[in-house]
Amino acid sequence: MNADAVTGAAGVVAAGVTAGAATPGAAGSGMVGSDAALRQILHGLPGVDQVGAQERAASLATRSIKREAKLWALETAVRMVDLTTLEGADTPGKVRGLCAKARHPDPDDPSVPPVAAVCVYPDLVALARAELAGSEVAVASVATAFPSGRASLAVKLADVADAVDAGADEVDMVIDRGAFLAGRYAQVYEEVRAVREACGAAHLKVILETAELATLDNTARASWLAMLAGADFIKTSTGKVTPAATPPVALVMLSAVRDFADATGRRVGVKVAGGIRTAKDAIRYLVLVREIAGPEWLTPELFRIGASSLLNDLLMQRSKQLTGVYAGPDYFTLD
Amino acid sequence: MTSVSTTTPGADWEYAPAPESRQIVTIQREYGLFIGGESVPPASGEHFTTLNPASEEPLASVAQAGEADVGRAVASAREAFETSWGRLPGRERAKYLYRIARAVQERAREFAVLESLDNGKPIKESRDVDVPLAAAHFFYHAGWADKLGYAGFGPDPRPVGVAGQVIPWNFPLLMAAWKLAPALATGNTCVLKPAETTPLTALLLAEVIAEAGLPPGTVNVITGDGRTGAGLVGHPGIDKVAFTGSTEVGKQIQQTVAGTGKRLTLELGGKAANVIFDDAPIDQAVEGVVNGIFFNQGHVCCAGSRLLLQESVADAVLDRLKRRLATLRLGDPLDKNTDIGAINSRQQLDKIEGLVAAGEAEGAQRWSPPCQLPARGYWFPPTVFSGVSQSHKIAREEIFGPVLSVLTFRTPEEAVAKANNTPYGLSAGIWTEKGSRILWMAGRLRAGVVWANTYNRFDPASPFGGYQESGFGREGGRAGLAAYLDA
Repeated sequence: MNADAVTGAAGVVAAGVTAGAATPGAAGSGMVGSDAALRQILHGLPGVDQVGAQERAASLATRSIKREAKLWALETAVRMVDLTTLEGADTPGKVRGLCAKARHPDPDDPSVPPVAAVCVYPDLVALARAELAGSEVAVASVATAFPSGRASLAVKLADVADAVDAGADEVDMVIDRGAFLAGRYAQVYEEVRAVREACGAAHLKVILETAELATLDNTARASWLAMLAGADFIKTSTGKVTPAATPPVALVMLSAVRDFADATGRRVGVKVAGGIRTAKDAIRYLVLVREIAGPEWLTPELFRIGASSLLNDLLMQRSKQLTGVYAGPDYFTLD
Repeated sequence: MTSVSTTTPGADWEYAPAPESRQIVTIQREYGLFIGGESVPPASGEHFTTLNPASEEPLASVAQAGEADVGRAVASAREAFETSWGRLPGRERAKYLYRIARAVQERAREFAVLESLDNGKPIKESRDVDVPLAAAHFFYHAGWADKLGYAGFGPDPRPVGVAGQVIPWNFPLLMAAWKLAPALATGNTCVLKPAETTPLTALLLAEVIAEAGLPPGTVNVITGDGRTGAGLVGHPGIDKVAFTGSTEVGKQIQQTVAGTGKRLTLELGGKAANVIFDDAPIDQAVEGVVNGIFFNQGHVCCAGSRLLLQESVADAVLDRLKRRLATLRLGDPLDKNTDIGAINSRQQLDKIEGLVAAGEAEGAQRWSPPCQLPARGYWFPPTVFSGVSQSHKIAREEIFGPVLSVLTFRTPEEAVAKANNTPYGLSAGIWTEKGSRILWMAGRLRAGVVWANTYNRFDPASPFGGYQESGFGREGGRAGLAAYLDA
């Protein structure tokens, strides 16, 4: 496979790790276990030229999506939303409202599909689970001392267990950015692996918090590190640090999942989160998905958008697309 | 490509057509010549038709300037040089240039749509590259007009006089701006001859110049074929010739001008090497290759038409390049999502087809992404030749189309040797994460422009021009002023 030549050692090791991961306990030790070995892999990735990546993202942002293509994009984006509330002020009432909105984003129009998931803190998972019973909407929970990740592994794993036991289908963990920036790649790798194991059947999304990683080179390396450790999804941001998701960051992560699939045969998903408020922004991300990772990624199984206020703009633009006129914001429910 | 096989749910998300409206621009049925500040019918009485290369539909009938018309235009420019424009102080000239620059910006959509109609280039490029850069050239040179005493050509450098300027069809408006802006800033007057297949934006620019109130005769635009250009270049009343176009015509012009005392700058063809080392940022390098050879359908004199790949990453880069090319969208130039437009003329299409046939006959492997060509108009799919060696015709001759020749190298020394192994020397690209290697190579490449980790990036402040058969003289920047100053 020619992709190996470009992704260097990463391609070879990635194949090894995924093969190992199939037999629980066999991988992780020895092969990529040390900081030095991981540094070899991650620093062997081709560099990312920041100027070039920004230029490419900006150029794809000029794609003009009209008519039936726009309608498809708006409906697909609705199905990709992880409807999120992650506030200290979250209450059962707030979460109930969010769950109702998730099941029927537009109560007046049953043809609007439900969103992909509702995303809450672990202590509200049980409530969300109950509210979403019988629907196809998944319950996602942040965990691992979200958003800073500043806790011992034991505490993080307890956090994950809490969420999973309460019925979370998906877990959004944060990586230890401090360890990553200090070059303790093995620690990050082992944490992701441990959380992956603690998740059991739940899907694992690994939040890189790219704003704190600062460079696109680091974004590419953290993406590979998370994928090697078994992430089902890689996710840009917690939403608590700005800038959160940006098109160049998404471009680098989408290139990484594409290259990882070339090297290992495993497709990892991407979730952009934080600061995506308009349908226009959402459609631009879908264009990036289509033209960078490929149309195979244009499904909620492989692409998600973490957002809250975005949903109503998607609905408003959809109704405009169908009726030709804008309905006022009062015609879309606020939950 | 990808070894994963499951269903591809998003595969059918096709972008709906998103055409820019052509109503914004009014095309006259017939155009005269712009001489002495107004549109005049040609003394020759002859006209020719300019086509939309994407559909072969006629756009307008344009005047064919004959010998008498060239004479009138030159006389008009001479008069303006001696009585009006040539006597204005720099700060006054600047005022007019700023006015032109702003008018180009204000009428940007009009210029962009007209350029795409007449030339065939995607609206995305005319809108985001050609027109903004044309305005930028006027702004930049407006700034120089009253500061020429500080440009390093003495305290009070004088203009040359009347400039005869012959420009190509690949960037019609932009090349007009490259020629007119420095000439006017330095106090010269101009006779501009746009290319036969793309006269319309130069004529719209003439309209803008007239509205900006420049003294009549400061800028004259004469349309016509090669005979008009030859007449202008050979006219005894001009002091300077500036030409951008093919090396073949450039040589003829040099012969014509030899011994006449006319000053000459030539910006000719190229066969640029785009060199990718194994430590390059691969994805961005692939973008640079696409931008290098498929920008403007490869109708770019500085196009990166020879891709030199370090052998250790050659297959991997080529795979990624092919995957990327499969996402290029070829079609209606006015569609905002079109990446590759039409070939400018039947004649150019024939030339490209001829050279591509030669490439196949010499044994290089030809590849194009699956790509539906429109039934009418002049089209050529993005094409990559791999397994090319320096001795192949497609590695030596300028194709001036969307055709890339891929060669390999083993060491930096070999990359330099192969990159320089051409009679041309206009531009080159280097892709590597090593800053020291960029500097080492830039010093050894015989090319007027060397891009590092980017390609086809233009700026009015940066001089542009070539070595050897790519011509001489510089355009843009402080160096570009020299061509129009008697210093």
